[in-house]
Amino acid sequence: MKYVMLFVGTREDQDAWDSQPKEQYQAAMAAAGKWFGDYTKAGKVIGGEQLQGKVTTVRRENGEKVITDGPFIETKEVIGGFALVEAKDLDEAHEIAKAWPGGPVEIWPAVEER
Amino acid sequence: MRILGNFDVAEEVVQDSLVTALERWPQQGIPDNPGAWLMTTARRRAIDILRRDRRYAEKLVLLERSTVEGDRAEADDRLRLIFTCCHPALPQDGQVALTLRAVAGFTTPEIAAAFLVSEVTMAQRIVRAKRKIVAANIPYRVPEGAELPARLEAVLAVLYLMFNEGYLSRGSQAAMRRDLAEDALWLVTLLDRLLPNQPEVLGLMALMQLHLARSAARFDAAGEMILLPQQNRALWDREAIAAGVRTLDSAALLRRPGPYQVQAAIAAVHAEARSWEATDWEQIVLLYNTLLRISDSPVVRLNRAIAVSHVAGPEAALGEVNDLAMILGEYHLLHSTRAELLDELGEHELARKARLRALELCQNPAERALLERKLAQLP
Repeated sequence: MKYVMLFVGTREDQDAWDSQPKEQYQAAMAAAGKWFGDYTKAGKVIGGEQLQGKVTTVRRENGEKVITDGPFIETKEVIGGFALVEAKDLDEAHEIAKAWPGGPVEIWPAVEER
Repeated sequence: MRILGNFDVAEEVVQDSLVTALERWPQQGIPDNPGAWLMTTARRRAIDILRRDRRYAEKLVLLERSTVEGDRAEADDRLRLIFTCCHPALPQDGQVALTLRAVAGFTTPEIAAAFLVSEVTMAQRIVRAKRKIVAANIPYRVPEGAELPARLEAVLAVLYLMFNEGYLSRGSQAAMRRDLAEDALWLVTLLDRLLPNQPEVLGLMALMQLHLARSAARFDAAGEMILLPQQNRALWDREAIAAGVRTLDSAALLRRPGPYQVQAAIAAVHAEARSWEATDWEQIVLLYNTLLRISDSPVVRLNRAIAVSHVAGPEAALGEVNDLAMILGEYHLLHSTRAELLDELGEHELARKARLRALELCQNPAERALLERKLAQLP
């Protein structure tokens, strides 16, 4: 079963992450990279990206498509990245998420193909 | 579900097998291996129903005596079901409802009545929880190794919540509602058989046994709640207290103390005291100190303050209670505790105000009646 893991945090978390001393930043990136590498090798992570916080939203308003700056829902949270994970069940997904070296992880089960 | 792969189907099978059993047993007798039934919803429900029929009295004895060893696979299934119902990915109210529905065999209207919500609300809560199990693929398994302690804690939290809901609601409304407290004790006993030698499971079991041992003294003939200091201790069930203490002793032998064991120890000190005045309050304060070290919470601090009032006087206790007012301002027991202490200090007007505030915040009918009675009695 597929799960989308969202690596979330507050804007403050994001700023703190971005303004880390260079060495610390590199170590943190390496740890995240190792997580992706290990679980990709194990066949668990089948996709994912680190995201920039530069969001635009395209939505419909009065039948017209409108482009606006920022996320659709006004929020203090940012999504720093995501991973597409193949796990046998939610418990396995939880174990994988627990091993993530960064901050909170949201686990969104994908709709199963019928 | 391990076999069926679908929560709804598994639950239906449990319910169906129960119905089948109840139809068949009176004609064909109890099966050779009623032990299997011990681990199913059917056992509890069957006992309820069999109790109503005297002819089955002997069969009832047989049922009660049966043991788990009869069917390990059945036991494992039951344990998996408990852990699935109490999975932390489900909201806690959903965990409680689902456990009552799938493990204890309550009907949806019974659960709704037990929690004083509408049947529609409860049905939605159950459906939502089941849907998440299916949609997120919550597995039907018993957690292992490092996972187990936290998952077991979640199960115990559900059972404790269930127990408290039932325990506080006994009395006037008891006839209308299935006894959640008894069911919670049954479930924790079941859990201990399925997963033996877990000190906190035993601790919670002891805690429930010790509380239930005082049942007969907790309500008067009119169904009004009587608090511990005023209870007639002659009505306490000494055998049940001894059983609770034995359970606690077996937990202590495992040498891994935890919050339920300590709370059970506090309940045991109360249960073994000849009178309210003769209670070993110093021991109780020490136990609360231990409890605070293991799991500090404002509610524990509030309870400790009550014990402190007996060792160091109401003024000292009131200071501690007032310190908690910011955090527990919306908790009715903070205000009713303040009221008791203020009364002891002769501050009856302030006590009255505190009691009125408690009444505003309190939802439980038996506790409300008690507060109203005090408001009517006191100057």
